[in-house]
Amino acid sequence: MSKMYITPSSKIVALENVNLQIQQGDIFGIIGFSGAGKSTLIRCLNRLEEPDSGKIVIAGQEITAMNKKELQLARRKIGMIFQQFNLLDAKTVFENVAFPLQVSNYPKKQIKTRVEEILELVGLANKSKAYPLQLSGGQKQRVGIARALSNEPSVLLSDEATSALDPQTTYSILELLKDINQKLGLTIVLITHELDVLKHICNHMAVIEHGKIVETGVVEKFFLNPESDTAKRFISILQGFQEKRVYKEGEGI
Amino acid sequence: MNDDVLELLFTGLGETLYMVLLSTLIALILGLPLGIILVATEKGNILESPRINKVLGTIINVVRSFPSIILIVVLLPLARFIVGTTLGATAAIVPLSIGAAPFIARIIENSLKEVSFGKIEAAMAIGANPLTIITKVLIPEALPSLIRGLTIAVIGITGMTAVAGAIGAGGLGSLAIRFGYMRYRDDIMLATIITLVILVQGVQLAGDYLATYINRKRYKFD
Repeated sequence: MSKMYITPSSKIVALENVNLQIQQGDIFGIIGFSGAGKSTLIRCLNRLEEPDSGKIVIAGQEITAMNKKELQLARRKIGMIFQQFNLLDAKTVFENVAFPLQVSNYPKKQIKTRVEEILELVGLANKSKAYPLQLSGGQKQRVGIARALSNEPSVLLSDEATSALDPQTTYSILELLKDINQKLGLTIVLITHELDVLKHICNHMAVIEHGKIVETGVVEKFFLNPESDTAKRFISILQGFQEKRVYKEGEGI
Repeated sequence: MNDDVLELLFTGLGETLYMVLLSTLIALILGLPLGIILVATEKGNILESPRINKVLGTIINVVRSFPSIILIVVLLPLARFIVGTTLGATAAIVPLSIGAAPFIARIIENSLKEVSFGKIEAAMAIGANPLTIITKVLIPEALPSLIRGLTIAVIGITGMTAVAGAIGAGGLGSLAIRFGYMRYRDDIMLATIITLVILVQGVQLAGDYLATYINRKRYKFD
């Protein structure tokens, strides 16, 4: 799959010959530095960005071959969470989570039980009448996750979902995602620039550099045997910090 | 001030309110869809269509280029065609509505553009169609801003009714011109101005109150 941005002065290749296969039930992390093309890649998966060429297949359906109507239907089974949460401020937590179900024409009664069930799962059962502006960042992302999951998607796309959160909140959101992955067997595709995210919940990963996938495999490999430039840089930053800490705490190895 | 003056004032106020309310209503019915189309057909938006956007934008700019008194005069034949006369408050509503609709369209466009595109993308990502995005995301999210914008529009239209009053529409504007200015009745002039000031203040207060009420509901901590 390829994606090019055409600007008045030049053509920018955002993604070039990206070829990825993600197993059902996996938590798959795509890591890269800013501007590497991560966001473009994940947004191409549900065609918030249109790829120029190539094929995207999710749960046996060829997303890239769909017309607008078919795409709308397919998107109902692809959950997505965002760095900036993108909740609707005019709607309560309950209404935000119910929105995908209304869009899919669920009967009212079913919506109520489903929303209550999913709010219970993300730990916000007592906040259903609150408005997003009254919540903390971590709570907002929980609502985002609940909204993404309410229509029982086959895959969850996470576009830097924890990048706007502090480390402790990040940790609790990651735990929640892991929990959901195990409970529901939900496939999660996430992009991140945080090593912790990769380390904490991902099984498989891909490293993206200048719009190309330069390394794929299980997460352990990234830490034990980094091959690509980006991976080595990430690891050296991590090691740099660890060495500093060793000196400071005087522990030695 | 004697009773006659008071009666003149009340009739004028009644006519003004009638013109403002109906003109705003019709202008809103015309302008709301136009404002939505302006936003939705923008590049990268839910119903992207550069051609429609450009044509509509140009038409709106052309109508808005007319000074209001000229637009009212130009549209009087249309008023005669629809209402049967060019005189009186009802006849004035035709040019007033048409004159205010592009103004309202621009105000609505402005408010709707304040809604962050991320919210629209989130709605697209759950498979909502453009109509749902407009009615369930764009308008509710922009509501406080829309109300503030409409307040500006109502006050603008009140000003336009005074202009229309000068050329036969009746209302407070006509009263100020015919009595206050032409007959040197300073007391009537003053009374008209005070009434208009109170009217505009009232509209502004009501608009502010409504917008704040909605915002406070969304921000309230319990």
